[in-house]
Amino acid sequence: MDLLLIKEGFPLLTFLIFLPLAGAVVLLLYQGEKFARLWTLAITSVTALFSLLLIIGFDRSTPKYQFAEVYDWIPRFDISYIVGIDGISILLVVLTTLIMPFCVLASWKYIKTRVALFMFCLLIMEMAMIGVFVALDFILFFIFWEFMLIPMYLLIAIWGGPRKVYASIKFFIYTLAGSVLLLVAIIALYLQTGSFFIPDMMWQSYTTIFQVLVFLAFFLAFAIKVPMFPFHTWLPAAHVEAPTAGSVLLASILLKMGTYGMLRFCLPITPEATLLLATPILWLSIAGILYGGFTALAQQDMKKLIAYSSVGHMGFVTLGIFVLNSRGLEGAILQMINHGVTTGALFLCVGMIYERIHSRELSLAAGLGKYMPWMATFLVVFSLAAFGFPGTNAFISELLVLAGAFEYSIVLALAAIPGAVLAAAYMLRMLQKVVWGGVNNPDQSNLTDLTVREIVILTPFLIFVFWIGLGPQPFIDLMHTSVQHLLEQFHGWHDQHQVTATLWR
Amino acid sequence: MVIFPELVLVAGALAFFAVSLSKTPDQNVIKYLAIFFGIATFAAACFSFSAQGILFHGTYVVDQYSQVFKVLIGCSLAFLLVFGHNPRGIAPRMRPEYYMFLMLSVLGLMIMVSSVELITIFVALELSSFALYLMVPMRDERGGVRYQMEAGIKYVLFGVMATGFMLYGMSYLFGLTGSTYLTDIIAFLAINGHQPVAVVAVLMVLTGFFFKLAVFPFHFWVPDIYQGASNETAAFVATIPKIGAVALLIRFLTVPTGHPQFLIELMAVLAVLSMFYGNLSALVQKDLKRMLGFSGIAHAGFIILALMTMTSEGYALAIYYTAGYVVMNLACFLVICSLASEGQNLSIKDCNGLYKRQPVLAFTMAVGLFSLAGIPPFVGFMGKFMILTSALRADYLLIVCLAAINTAIAIYYYLSVVKAVYTTDPENRPAVTVNPFIQISGIVLASLIILMGIFPAKLIDFVSTVVGILP
Repeated sequence: MDLLLIKEGFPLLTFLIFLPLAGAVVLLLYQGEKFARLWTLAITSVTALFSLLLIIGFDRSTPKYQFAEVYDWIPRFDISYIVGIDGISILLVVLTTLIMPFCVLASWKYIKTRVALFMFCLLIMEMAMIGVFVALDFILFFIFWEFMLIPMYLLIAIWGGPRKVYASIKFFIYTLAGSVLLLVAIIALYLQTGSFFIPDMMWQSYTTIFQVLVFLAFFLAFAIKVPMFPFHTWLPAAHVEAPTAGSVLLASILLKMGTYGMLRFCLPITPEATLLLATPILWLSIAGILYGGFTALAQQDMKKLIAYSSVGHMGFVTLGIFVLNSRGLEGAILQMINHGVTTGALFLCVGMIYERIHSRELSLAAGLGKYMPWMATFLVVFSLAAFGFPGTNAFISELLVLAGAFEYSIVLALAAIPGAVLAAAYMLRMLQKVVWGGVNNPDQSNLTDLTVREIVILTPFLIFVFWIGLGPQPFIDLMHTSVQHLLEQFHGWHDQHQVTATLWR
Repeated sequence: MVIFPELVLVAGALAFFAVSLSKTPDQNVIKYLAIFFGIATFAAACFSFSAQGILFHGTYVVDQYSQVFKVLIGCSLAFLLVFGHNPRGIAPRMRPEYYMFLMLSVLGLMIMVSSVELITIFVALELSSFALYLMVPMRDERGGVRYQMEAGIKYVLFGVMATGFMLYGMSYLFGLTGSTYLTDIIAFLAINGHQPVAVVAVLMVLTGFFFKLAVFPFHFWVPDIYQGASNETAAFVATIPKIGAVALLIRFLTVPTGHPQFLIELMAVLAVLSMFYGNLSALVQKDLKRMLGFSGIAHAGFIILALMTMTSEGYALAIYYTAGYVVMNLACFLVICSLASEGQNLSIKDCNGLYKRQPVLAFTMAVGLFSLAGIPPFVGFMGKFMILTSALRADYLLIVCLAAINTAIAIYYYLSVVKAVYTTDPENRPAVTVNPFIQISGIVLASLIILMGIFPAKLIDFVSTVVGILP
């Protein structure tokens, strides 16, 4: 356990996981609508504030797992309650906790029926999402990973759009089917190592065939969650039908779990299989970038457009991960955060438009800018950020990923470039239609501009867009040591096991 | 008081017999008697939990192992009688007899978990089965519902067939060893377990147990009985007999210590076929009870998967899984029984908008179904996960993968009920009024499902020490 820096005193991570749960239990007992809104806002805000302590107390110079807590849970099967964070997970945890209060605010007016249950689901979601990112025991991870499906399913299926039943069941079955073999792989790893502690499973000398099988089981589960082309078909359906807060959670956090899983599990546990199978995965990423871009270009529905753009953006993340160099990895992690910020903000914008015109059709939203100048301003900034305009956050991360890709192979990097161009094309197309429109715009003169509440929701996203865009160093510092350590271990492992690798080839 | 719970059940059966003699039995008396004897059985089982003893010339053993099962049976019976105290599917004039047979059936199961001799096992099994054969067609005919008769006949015919096979197998075992005591049979089979005649005998005896557990291909009675019997009877059939069957299976499987490979392979095939058959058939069901019946076949497959590892850990997991399965099923049937205002059969559509009509029941149902589907952190997941671990440790990779895939198939039909419960409008279905007793037992069952799932460690440790003392 020398990999852990045990947290003495106040169990901060456990507190972060279980405060939302406690809040949810209170909502079971008292279900007033107004109380539910305020209470959930309070709980999520307190969680967010406490999560800032993580940033303050985080030791940037060590790759160890910090704020760790260890308790026995099921000794018979060597399962323990172990949580901890390192440079890879800290930003994702904080992203989760910070985004939650804005999800609550965004649902303030949007959700009119069964408010208490909605807030209950949000809080349970928050618990499970934080749990996924901090769990260091594989079974604990898996429990949070699967449990999350229930509240997310309910969010889509109860408060969703017209095709909510189809979308929610597709989401549930698709993701569950992906992770059944993950469980088998986890058990297989346990039988090899005798422990469910994730770092114990890393950098072991499994046989090649075992590694490949485990890798494929991991990959299926994570690729569906990301979602990578061609496992992405649940995403547009789920995004389009989900309520605003659900879309934001899906885009900003749930999708990141797939790529987080790849970083946390695929690379360290199955290094040889990663190297063997990196090339096809890289090309799948390219396919995703191009496919997402072209499909987004053809959409008439704003949410669908952003959903397909997510496929493209997440393609950049997987691209960055599997080029296996420090630029790529850091770019990938930063891209996860950036995608969370910008896409989350875009979904919030679309949700606000939807609340006014009750449609997500581009043609019906045309020409908003004249009557909603605030909305237009925000939308312009977030759209520019989404296609990586210099000065905004996505520029930094896509630049890093592409630099990493060039380091790996020029052909690959050149293949990814059209994706960036496509992103500009579909984002500008949406922007042009929504803000300016054409000669036959529908009459939008009865629309009111953003309220103070809505401006308060969007402003923090704006701040992060420019903060990461202009001064990304503090964010990169947080992850740098862990990423370096991961790569050192990875290459060190391959130096040791070169014989098998060459034999295989 | 070594056999206190059994005596309470006998007293209960006699009390209901006395009530049934009256021309116009008071319904309130019946109701409170039922609740009283349900809880009394549970209390008696807890009271004699640490009892030890060997009775009736060594045919009847009261040990830690049997007492664990008696507590499980008593607990399930208490829940069953608390939420089934007003069995709407049974005509009021029949209720005293109905409860009498219920008590006798449970008595048979209690005797079964304690018996260690073939004739005693047989008598116990038949006592519980015959009472059940009578309970199935006792359903009220008010609504012109007649298929309970068909179900009853089917149950008797299949049941007698299975019993016949079992008796035949037992006669072989007796012929081989000259004794009906399990200890003698153990000693014989430890040396000669691989002989064809011994294998045939063991298989035929297993047929009887597999029939009770509803393992493929001895499952044909399940869907029709679940559908034909009244909701309360179906709740009973789905839960308590499985506990008895598992108890007996474990006692019996410790017998062939040689564990002929053939037997294990056969169980593996039966387990996988049960899962696929049960889950695939459940996908297309419209009737809620029928669907649960097919899901029960799939779960029986999981229990067999735990047993086939033939280790004490596997046996302990089988008990844990069965206990969990019983709790989950009780939760679902609690909702079904309270929802069917006339005791009618429910289709999945009848659950529409339940969240609005009765939120507590909706919650209980959702927890029960998600647990049956094996979603964490509920007991269904923990049981499944540990069984998969123990099976993979025994190197059955292919079977484990197939079982895992089944989880993904099963989620669809469980989800379709949750969908009806939580996402549809009630339209003009009436609100459901239930008394606080039922609400509380629903919440208790739901919490049990969650707690057993999150804190399984103590339970499994305890059960495996208990299994460890078996000969």
